Amino acid sequence: MFEPVLTKDIQIPESQEIDYYLSRGGYEAFQKVIKSMTPDEVIEEVKASNLRGRGGAGFPTGMKWNFVPKNTDKPHYMVNNADESEPGTFKDRLLLNGNPHLVLEGTMIGAFAIRANVAYIYIRGEFAREARIMEKAIAQAYEKGFLGKNILGTGYDLDVYVHRGAGAYICGEETGLLESLEGKRGWPRIKPPFPALEGLFRCPTIVNNVETLSCVPLIINRGADWFKSIGPERSPGPKLFCLSGQVKNPGVFELPMGTNLKEIIYEHGGGLLNGKGLKAVIPGGSSVPILRPEEIDVSMDFDSLAQIGSMLGSAGIIVMDEGTCLVDALLNIAHFYRHESCGQCTPCREGTYWAEQVLRKIEHGQASEKDIDMLEEMARHINFRTICPLGDAAAMPIMSFLKKFRDEFVQHVRAGACPLNSQL
Amino acid sequence: MAKQATETEKAVEFSEAGQKELQALLARYPDKRAALLMVLHLAQREFGWISQDVMKYIAEQLELPYGDVYDAVSFYTMFHTRPPGKYHLQVCHTLSCALRGAHQICQHIEEKLGIKEGEVTPDGKFSFVKVECLGSCGTAPVVQINEDYHENMTVEKLEQFLKTLK
Repeated sequence: MFEPVLTKDIQIPESQEIDYYLSRGGYEAFQKVIKSMTPDEVIEEVKASNLRGRGGAGFPTGMKWNFVPKNTDKPHYMVNNADESEPGTFKDRLLLNGNPHLVLEGTMIGAFAIRANVAYIYIRGEFAREARIMEKAIAQAYEKGFLGKNILGTGYDLDVYVHRGAGAYICGEETGLLESLEGKRGWPRIKPPFPALEGLFRCPTIVNNVETLSCVPLIINRGADWFKSIGPERSPGPKLFCLSGQVKNPGVFELPMGTNLKEIIYEHGGGLLNGKGLKAVIPGGSSVPILRPEEIDVSMDFDSLAQIGSMLGSAGIIVMDEGTCLVDALLNIAHFYRHESCGQCTPCREGTYWAEQVLRKIEHGQASEKDIDMLEEMARHINFRTICPLGDAAAMPIMSFLKKFRDEFVQHVRAGACPLNSQL
Repeated sequence: MAKQATETEKAVEFSEAGQKELQALLARYPDKRAALLMVLHLAQREFGWISQDVMKYIAEQLELPYGDVYDAVSFYTMFHTRPPGKYHLQVCHTLSCALRGAHQICQHIEEKLGIKEGEVTPDGKFSFVKVECLGSCGTAPVVQINEDYHENMTVEKLEQFLKTLK
């Protein structure tokens, strides 16, 4: 039987306090690491656990850490990416609120592993409360002597700071985030060089998601084999699934990676609101390809979703019932990416603007069937033609909605109006 | 004109606590520009919004060109370049909130307050904007009022809450 480990204590009000966290074995992993392990041993343990990044890309965390050069005189930086903003995703906020010391301990172990003496926790600006909670957690960790100079007499120095964003989805992209941390607009950088070699202030930097780093203390305490025993071996571990949309019990569910999507929606989520039928599910945040009802009998892990042409992404599951107009839903998504395009690359800046215009015409029955083809072509011209993946994120929903629900778009055009009179 | 300039100069200066916080923020980073977003948040708390004079003041404090400050202020959505209402209503209207009735919330605000999106009530009490995903989709729809999230919002709940605001 799987027991939640990341979110076990979050309902308890004291879970934000360091004394509570310490009473539950908190900071034991950090102490073990700085007292008895080398940075490379930590990386090896995380590598052996097969932990993959929870921010969306699913890149192996240990391998990423290994890219940081071992012999430079430049400072290294660890950055915890708490810029959670992919529509449908609200798991990191839960951890920041309910388990801030686990988030912090993971950041600290990550910093030690990559030989960093400074770490930043980049929190999206809207999460003002969460920023205050993390500031308090950090202050408590200093008081206990877990941060600062010569920590617990080991000779290791580490400072951790909160940095707040100010309203920009693009800063969740790691190089956009780094620009933003440097006080600039969040314009993503061309890679290579990758941040591991040239990141924050042109120094070796690792950017990891909140949930990813929160897994690290657990791996150190319980071992890589324990972690690997949960879910599929190639993408294992406890996983936070975010369930939203037209379901009875929306929320965050901590389950083994690889839990069946249908089970999440119908058992944990209690099925659809008002007993309605299911029309479609977006399994991993608004940017990933949509699924039809017959496709949801699938294991929620990186590889299984890739196999059916979608993605686990940030595990933001958005459920839509039979009464939802998918043209309007796509218009809503297209509006989001148009608004959040940073404007740097022409295909994304112009393409997201025109895609929204054309979709609005289709939704209001003012388009022709040719416009549907044009929309599809526009998406193809955005996809893979931009510096960062925001362009792909904008294009993928358009291509997948059209592939799987084209009839609905055609109906709008032929009817000259939205058949569902939708108002999203 | 001269009088106005004096008044502005007098107005734009961090409080003593603000000065202290500024120094603490600068100590977090190896260069001053990196502190910019945090200093802008501080400035917005102190002055309510980011005027041109505030931007000039921050440029001086961080030893940056005015353009660098303006660049950041204009890029990020959370910095107000004109005064918002005392209560700034930010309604998330991205997909998960839209599926749970964000549209009705927006409509209600517009009718109740008599303002359109982006406007401020004449008495300066309320302002209203639609915002993109607030990262609280499991408790949709969500309205952020100033810094606080109000989750599982309904027209009735909002109505009740607005009445409590002085």
